[in-house]
Amino acid sequence: MSARDLWPGLALLALIALMPFVASNTVLNFLLSALIVALAAQGWNILGGYAGQLSFGHAAFFGMGAYATAILQIRYGVNAWAGLAAGIALGAVVGWVIGALSFRARLRGSYFALVTLAFAEVLRILANAADFTGGAAGLLIRLSPGVENLQFPSRAVFLWLVAGTVAAVLLLTAWIARGRFGARLVAVRENEDAARALGVDVLAVKLRAIALSGAVTAAAGCLYAQNFLYLDASIAYGTWISVEVLIACVLGGAGTVLGPVLGALALHGVGEVAKIVLGQVAGPVPGVDLVVFGALLVVGIAFLPRGVMGGLRRLVQRFPR
Amino acid sequence: MSLLRAESLSRRFGGLLAVDGASLEVPEGGLIGLIGPNGAGKTTLFALVSGFLAPSGGRVHFLGEDVTREPPHRRAALGMARTFQIVQPFAGLSVRENILVGAYLRHPGREEAVRVAEAVATEVGLGPMLDQQASALTVAGRKRLELARALATEPKLLLLDEVLAGLNPSEVRDIIPVIRAIRDRGVSILMIEHVMQAVMNLCDHVHVLASGRMIASGPPREVTADPRVIEAYLGHGAAARIAAQGAEGGAHA
Repeated sequence: MSARDLWPGLALLALIALMPFVASNTVLNFLLSALIVALAAQGWNILGGYAGQLSFGHAAFFGMGAYATAILQIRYGVNAWAGLAAGIALGAVVGWVIGALSFRARLRGSYFALVTLAFAEVLRILANAADFTGGAAGLLIRLSPGVENLQFPSRAVFLWLVAGTVAAVLLLTAWIARGRFGARLVAVRENEDAARALGVDVLAVKLRAIALSGAVTAAAGCLYAQNFLYLDASIAYGTWISVEVLIACVLGGAGTVLGPVLGALALHGVGEVAKIVLGQVAGPVPGVDLVVFGALLVVGIAFLPRGVMGGLRRLVQRFPR
Repeated sequence: MSLLRAESLSRRFGGLLAVDGASLEVPEGGLIGLIGPNGAGKTTLFALVSGFLAPSGGRVHFLGEDVTREPPHRRAALGMARTFQIVQPFAGLSVRENILVGAYLRHPGREEAVRVAEAVATEVGLGPMLDQQASALTVAGRKRLELARALATEPKLLLLDEVLAGLNPSEVRDIIPVIRAIRDRGVSILMIEHVMQAVMNLCDHVHVLASGRMIASGPPREVTADPRVIEAYLGHGAAARIAAQGAEGGAHA
């Protein structure tokens, strides 16, 4: 992955950043949601795509970020930016703890996936029950627009902030993929014993991967909370986000730098279009986007086993310049 | 000074004593063979030495340090590299990326690591295949890749587990000088090998393992003439029969 391979992604984000000048608020809201999922998916990609540790429970990190930001502001009057930083740090810590518990127990493959799902579900149930997290009623962050509160009167500025964050993680991922840590992540994914024989501390690599992954996905949760100013347990820790980041990565190309961003945009784009088209034909059909997600996943796995990025790469190889 | 010293290593799998008090030494600069019939426990002994299995008894000393409790990646960092009998390539990666993982052990920077990886690839004859997928390599290519990855960690001791198995005679002939050249530039080698042509050709000292025990050790010519070794391979009484046939043949001549 060289800088040359990165520019389509950055160009795409720049294009999105220009949208506020031409597009309606509906489009901007759509882009915001898609980019927040893209950011969460970038987090998943580090652990699931590069290190090959498939997680079904990234909602755990997303929710940690969202709740940390919200609770620190509401209950402790902490500044929202500090809340964002704390949320990201908490995501890393929770990632490390989940990793330490499950990787030390040598859980791999579907066992690891199920344990992550269990962590996320337990957190969801706890958050739904505890008063501290607002229980089933959820939490409202007080509306107080201002840069210092990480709330912006115009959608445009928030979109730029999110697009900028996605771009930053894109650069971070490209930098990791190029260096020693990236090579070790992939080595662990491909063959743990061979990695060990070549001096790779497999446990340490996995722990670093899950902490970083948790931090990035938690950042997405923080931004989600600041965008909607409301959250409850089924939003923050709900399986929807675990599933969406997974599908976005698989569809876009897990273990590629641009895959999660492309996947998230494509997924949300198609889901949105399906909602609008079907809405005009047959009236509102709740959940139709989920049906589309499922269909896309089937088609993606059948025809693009390495995601959109893998498909593009094959195209490029077929038509050499 | 001996680089590696394994002292009465044992490993029990349930009721089976796979390795039973086996000891061996690899002197600095040595090229030592480990032979024995199928199921003798050679690969298990390798796993004990490289840290992939914990011994039920005995100790492993490397560079004068007791490494019995050290995990494999720590032993690799100390300078012990192994290959796998059943090749374990990073199948989805290119040959260059495969070797690079090994090179990163001593060279954290990408440019330097790539340089080392490419030099190693050339040394083992994988130079023209750097951009190929590891999964697209032939058996001989994969064996060379195992060797290259291990070499890229810049080991002091190289543990080779049947790098010649599955190769045809001309491929064996091609790779023997590569192994000798590696030793000649100062890397000590302990190799498990079934291809006797290679063992006779390369090793200065051979240990023979049978049913988990070291039954003989010495220069290759001596060891292959040892009656205990012949019996381990060919069954009880084989040495006597061969000797008798030899005497009969001599009488006829």
